[in-house]
Amino acid sequence: MNTIPMSYFLVLSAIMFSLGAIGVITRRNPLVIFMSLELMFNAANLTFVAFSNAFGNANGQIFVFFVMVVAAAEVAVGLALIVAIFRARGSIDIDLMSSMKN
Amino acid sequence: MLIETITSVRILQLVSWVVFFPLIGLLINLVIGRKLGERLSGGIASLASGLAFVTAFLLLVSLNSNPEAPHVYRLAEWINIGSLVVNWDFRVDTLSVTMMLVVSGVGTLIHVYAIGYMHADVRLNKDPERYTRFFIYMNLFIMMMMILVSAESYLMTFIGWEGVGLCSYLLIGFWFEKGKDGVGNAIAAKKAFITNRVGDFGFLVAMFMIFLQFGSLDFTRVFAAGTPTGELGKWVVIGISLFLLLAVTGKSAQLPLFVWLPDAMAGPTPVSALIHAATMVTAGVYLVARSAPIFAMSAFGPDAVAWVGTITALFAATIAIGQYDIKKVLAYSTISQLGFMVAAVGMGAYVAGMFHLITHAFFKALLFLSAGSVIQGVEYGHHHAQHVDHHVEFDPQDMRNLGGLSRRMKVTFWVYLVGALALAGVAPLAGFFSKDEIVTFALGKHPVMFGMLLLAAFFTAFYMTRQVWMVFFGNARTEAAEGAKENPPVMTVPLIVLAVLSIVGGALNLPHVETLQHWLERTIHGVHPAEFSFVVAGVSLAVAFGGILSGWFFYGRKHWELGQVDPLKKLLGPVFTVFERKWWVDEIYNVFVLQPYKDASAILAEPIDQKLIDGTANGLGKLTGLVSRGLGLLQTGFVRTYALMIFIGVAAILGYLITR
Amino acid sequence: MLQLTPQLIIFFSVAALAIASALGMLFSRNTVYAALLLVLNFTTVALIYFMIGAPFIGLAQITIYAGAIMVLFLFVIMLLGTEVIAKHGPVGFQHIAAAFIGLVVIAEAIFVFLIKGQSALSIIPGGNVVDVMEIGDLLYNQYLLPFEITSFILLVAVIGAILLTKQERVKSRIGKDEAKK
Repeated sequence: MNTIPMSYFLVLSAIMFSLGAIGVITRRNPLVIFMSLELMFNAANLTFVAFSNAFGNANGQIFVFFVMVVAAAEVAVGLALIVAIFRARGSIDIDLMSSMKN
Repeated sequence: MLIETITSVRILQLVSWVVFFPLIGLLINLVIGRKLGERLSGGIASLASGLAFVTAFLLLVSLNSNPEAPHVYRLAEWINIGSLVVNWDFRVDTLSVTMMLVVSGVGTLIHVYAIGYMHADVRLNKDPERYTRFFIYMNLFIMMMMILVSAESYLMTFIGWEGVGLCSYLLIGFWFEKGKDGVGNAIAAKKAFITNRVGDFGFLVAMFMIFLQFGSLDFTRVFAAGTPTGELGKWVVIGISLFLLLAVTGKSAQLPLFVWLPDAMAGPTPVSALIHAATMVTAGVYLVARSAPIFAMSAFGPDAVAWVGTITALFAATIAIGQYDIKKVLAYSTISQLGFMVAAVGMGAYVAGMFHLITHAFFKALLFLSAGSVIQGVEYGHHHAQHVDHHVEFDPQDMRNLGGLSRRMKVTFWVYLVGALALAGVAPLAGFFSKDEIVTFALGKHPVMFGMLLLAAFFTAFYMTRQVWMVFFGNARTEAAEGAKENPPVMTVPLIVLAVLSIVGGALNLPHVETLQHWLERTIHGVHPAEFSFVVAGVSLAVAFGGILSGWFFYGRKHWELGQVDPLKKLLGPVFTVFERKWWVDEIYNVFVLQPYKDASAILAEPIDQKLIDGTANGLGKLTGLVSRGLGLLQTGFVRTYALMIFIGVAAILGYLITR
Repeated sequence: MLQLTPQLIIFFSVAALAIASALGMLFSRNTVYAALLLVLNFTTVALIYFMIGAPFIGLAQITIYAGAIMVLFLFVIMLLGTEVIAKHGPVGFQHIAAAFIGLVVIAEAIFVFLIKGQSALSIIPGGNVVDVMEIGDLLYNQYLLPFEITSFILLVAVIGAILLTKQERVKSRIGKDEAKK
């Protein structure tokens, strides 16, 4: 039987997670930031499913299911927020929304 | 029924009211005093003091029929740390009651006098608002003095000791914006306070040593402890007595710390009478009398006290001869008389010392208050004078500007004469008996001491004669003295009362009757009266008359003219200058104590404090500023920068967990 | 050493596609391209899910993520017309630092999982399949309560989204009411 080592999945997950994190930190478009967040969720989900398979236990997949639901809710609210902000300010550049300094 | 009540021992529990009455008086004046008006405000203060006197008198009556001493009453617990237990205990014995009577009695008379005196004084100094403040301070003083004399422990005595020092400071600086260059009075107040601080240091160290040696600060326990055995204990007791002596020299203006008292005359005259003549400055004498058991244990402590007193008595008397300021003469006279008292208690003649304390309180308060009366009378004359340029500084206290007041201020003249004769020691006035008792004692102690005290007594009679002649006889030398006017009864009645007391005060302890002796013997044990000797009394009286006669010889035969040189100066020359310039004590202190101290302060202030300490503090501040400005660059205000920081943290923690 | 089995080859190529699409999303200036690349990424990950015995999750991934969520994204992008945002942001060091830290984290993961010592666990492609029946059994028995709670979360999210976007009109109506008074 041909198997794939667990480590490969974990490394793939780590790479995707890091890329997502870089996106969150560097991009100024909140839509892209959200996308990057989704990427990070995805990386986490991949780990869940991989472990679910490795242990032969379905619970990991249930968790992925829940993560997806919460992500969907988060996107709905987040996008609504973006729309509201765009209406209020005419732009969604998050650097223009920095009112924490000065 | 009434007799039974006031002689019962329960009356003694009223002792705390000698403190509370002045406290209530000062609180009333503090809160609503300004709305009451002058008469009522001063009246309340006098009443508070008077009620304290009544309380003290009740204590006297009760104590007389309940001789088992001492009575200690606890008001509250105070300090209870390990073996140090100090409570607010009041001690009622013959010594403390005697002091209470003197303080509140003389204090009440001076309060009444001050109602009239301050009425004019606040107007003269153009700030009537301060009238109430004066009486608040005065009541505070009475209260503190009562704490001092009624205390049962050294620490509580110390509270009163510091409290009266504070009142002294406040009242010397009562017109703090007046005086030489507008700061003279403030400087005088500061000088008194700081000089006293040196003495207080002695008191504190003595207290530490007492606690170390006896394990308690309560009089009862300390005195019951008995003479310590062993070489170390002996030296500790000597140390205690010497440090107590330092405290006495501060508060009672003895050598070498007497310099503050003449300057303290900057305060209003009732203050000079109450605090700086009759009561506060005698606290040192009281302290020695109170600590008699400790001094009895000490090897040469009492001798040191006696010699300090004797030398001060003679030293201050010589200075008094050369002074022209009417109050300064009395101030140096006070120092001299305090020297007599200190010498007496040092010699072990506690009763004689206390006796002189009481009579001195009468006639010196009288003299000061009369001097105040003179000053105010002349001040009145100055203001109503026709041909006087009011811009020229006129000093109503300078005796050279006075003269011929006996015709214009009759009451003041007669009471002043009584006071002067009492001070000079003319029989049968009060001063004769008390001074004679001290001198008699000194003869048994040391002939040199006897001689010095007699000489001081001679000088006393001399300078008082000089003063009386310069102020009251001859022609009025200025228009102000010409127009002087007698003061209202509110001022003269207390003077008359004090004059009567100065005349009959000697009856307190007449030879062979010795009322005071038997009274105080119940508290201070083992004091034997000096055998009254007609020889010594005769010599003492002869000395007094000699002083008066020589005073008359120099100042009485020819009228003093304005601008004239003192007749004594012609005779003595440079010696008189030494007296006049007060032996240059202030200057010597300036050069050897104050200047080095100021220089050291300047060094500490400029290079050390400004550069080193402030530099360090500011440098730290600047460093923090720089660091925070650098770190502030990280705070961009962009949320994603903060996210980056979190990410960095995650990476770092992961790295740590991996490499662990 | 490493033997290239067909399964491995498939895995590597799918993984490479996933990483490439993620990178593309990261670097594309145009938001629409980014969204489309992300859809690609989700699809590849879904392929992996199929490979390792999670067909339900893989399908859910395609329908929920690639289908619903990303469509929502595209919809908002086009609604707002913010496909492109000015190139230079105010904090320049951010990019370099982020890239560096990202590489560090990846290096740490590689160090832990590949160099320091491989996990004994391994994945059997096509094995341990969890079918829809099993998922449904778990969801409606063991995880019934969390499942119901997620429905509430979704409800709240929907209401919240409506409230946020309709705010303007609510406000103006309140303003009119006050004006009437």
